[in-house]
Amino acid sequence: MAYSEKLIEHYENPRNIGSFEKDDAGVGTGLVGAPACGDVMKLQIKVSPEGIIEDAKFKTFGCGSAIASSSLVTEWVKGKSLDEAGEIKNTDIAEELALPPVKIHCSVLAEDAIKAAINDYKEKAAAPAKGEAAE
Amino acid sequence: MNDHSHIEFNGENMTTPIYMDYQATTPMDPRVLEAMMPYFGAKYGNPHSRSHAFGWEAEAAVENARAQIASLIGASPKEIIFTSGATESNNLALKGAAMFYRDKGKDHIITSVTEHKCVLDTCRHLEQEEGFKVTYLPVQENGLIDLDTLKEAITERTVMVSIMSVHNEIGVIQPLAEIGKICRENKVFFHTDAAQGVGKIPLDVNEMNIDLMSISGHKVYGPMGVGALFVRRKPRVRLRPLINGGGQERGMRSGTLSPPLCVGLGEACAIAEAEMASDNERIRLLAKRFHNAINDRLPDVILNGDDEHRYWGNINLSFAYVEGESLMMGIRDLAVSSGSACTSASLEPSYVLRSLGVEEEMAHTSIRFGIGRFTTEAEIDYAVEHIVTAVEKLRAMSPLWEMAQEGIDIKSIEWADH
Repeated sequence: MAYSEKLIEHYENPRNIGSFEKDDAGVGTGLVGAPACGDVMKLQIKVSPEGIIEDAKFKTFGCGSAIASSSLVTEWVKGKSLDEAGEIKNTDIAEELALPPVKIHCSVLAEDAIKAAINDYKEKAAAPAKGEAAE
Repeated sequence: MNDHSHIEFNGENMTTPIYMDYQATTPMDPRVLEAMMPYFGAKYGNPHSRSHAFGWEAEAAVENARAQIASLIGASPKEIIFTSGATESNNLALKGAAMFYRDKGKDHIITSVTEHKCVLDTCRHLEQEEGFKVTYLPVQENGLIDLDTLKEAITERTVMVSIMSVHNEIGVIQPLAEIGKICRENKVFFHTDAAQGVGKIPLDVNEMNIDLMSISGHKVYGPMGVGALFVRRKPRVRLRPLINGGGQERGMRSGTLSPPLCVGLGEACAIAEAEMASDNERIRLLAKRFHNAINDRLPDVILNGDDEHRYWGNINLSFAYVEGESLMMGIRDLAVSSGSACTSASLEPSYVLRSLGVEEEMAHTSIRFGIGRFTTEAEIDYAVEHIVTAVEKLRAMSPLWEMAQEGIDIKSIEWADH
């Protein structure tokens, strides 16, 4: 598969690999994809009280395009508000990495992962201190 | 991928990428090329020309090659038909016999679900276009067919059984002698696609009761573009030709033979016959060295296919929690092939691994490593280092590996299909 230099660079030096404690307040986790389909992305965001994404981390099981797509979006979401991050489109990702047509689904998955992480954060924020109260 | 570089590893010089795709094609043995060269030059005669020395010289070379091929598989030279390769041989064997015997009330073929695409596609053609019935035998978890299932599938209308010798993707060796015995007892022809088997494992068409055998030039360190079909004379197997013309190759395959290609295939078979035992011992030791080192250093690596009935020059491994294509990108210094969907145009994981009952997520993680005549110990050691580094790096970024380490059963999660 002929990949762009930018994609290969992200694959070889992925940004922001890792995990946040998913039960921490301020952390939103998106887990999308399926092992049987050959790609699973876990994208996490750490959101400030002001609603700005301060940090992001990912782990991905998938092809080079999936790894590069998730690496790229962790860079893109940092410093953005939740609304701004929610506007990132798969076509932007596909264009930036010059994804071949059969790999477009990797960028769709990355967009889904951002949305899932944002939703998870919002749901947690709406039901605060649930974990703490139980202790 | 036209970049080759020279590196030093453990004090030895080598060129990368390291070739580990011997099932796709084998490099041509330099001795084969040497034998072929005169027939590209001064010895340019048409082997079918009967009236002059140019023709006689070419004919002698072709007949010598035919004898070399026959000798390797215990056949008579008269039973060898030259073709363009194993795909044509498989087409000729299946369509040729099916169409010839159809008038005699034979309209049933038995094959297996893990055959090469050119056998499966030919069978589909016979089903859909010619009205044949085809039984696709399942395989067991180890990749081998079950002999009782085969016996039960044979009917009075069965014309032939087609089962490959050595599997191109997982390297397993089917029980050829047992299949041949069953076929002979039931008076059914036995065809085997031996593209990956000839010159790699001992094959004897008489001991194994094989009636038709497909042979490929470029899988046996010979040239591309040439192959052969063994067609038994006693009891005689008759074929309707696919290519009509001047009646060459006993009328079964018309067209002028290419002496350089025939000579190349013959020489490759002669070398294989002389060196098979020593080659195999070397390859088996290298394969064990490779497989043991990988297993010692990486957990959760699965060998696909039977671990005993196999040709060790083919090692197909699933690296749990790491996707095959991303692993191939991580081991770019190794020329390998993957069963992962992401390397194929269809995005479907390997039908072969799925037929073995390998779960889809494991099929996505498989890579085939080929070891052959020209693989060195230093290359194996380098490959191991490269693979271990890449797998560890990719597992560190795999959410599935993380879950497994936390004791979360991946199957307990409700995954959304996409």
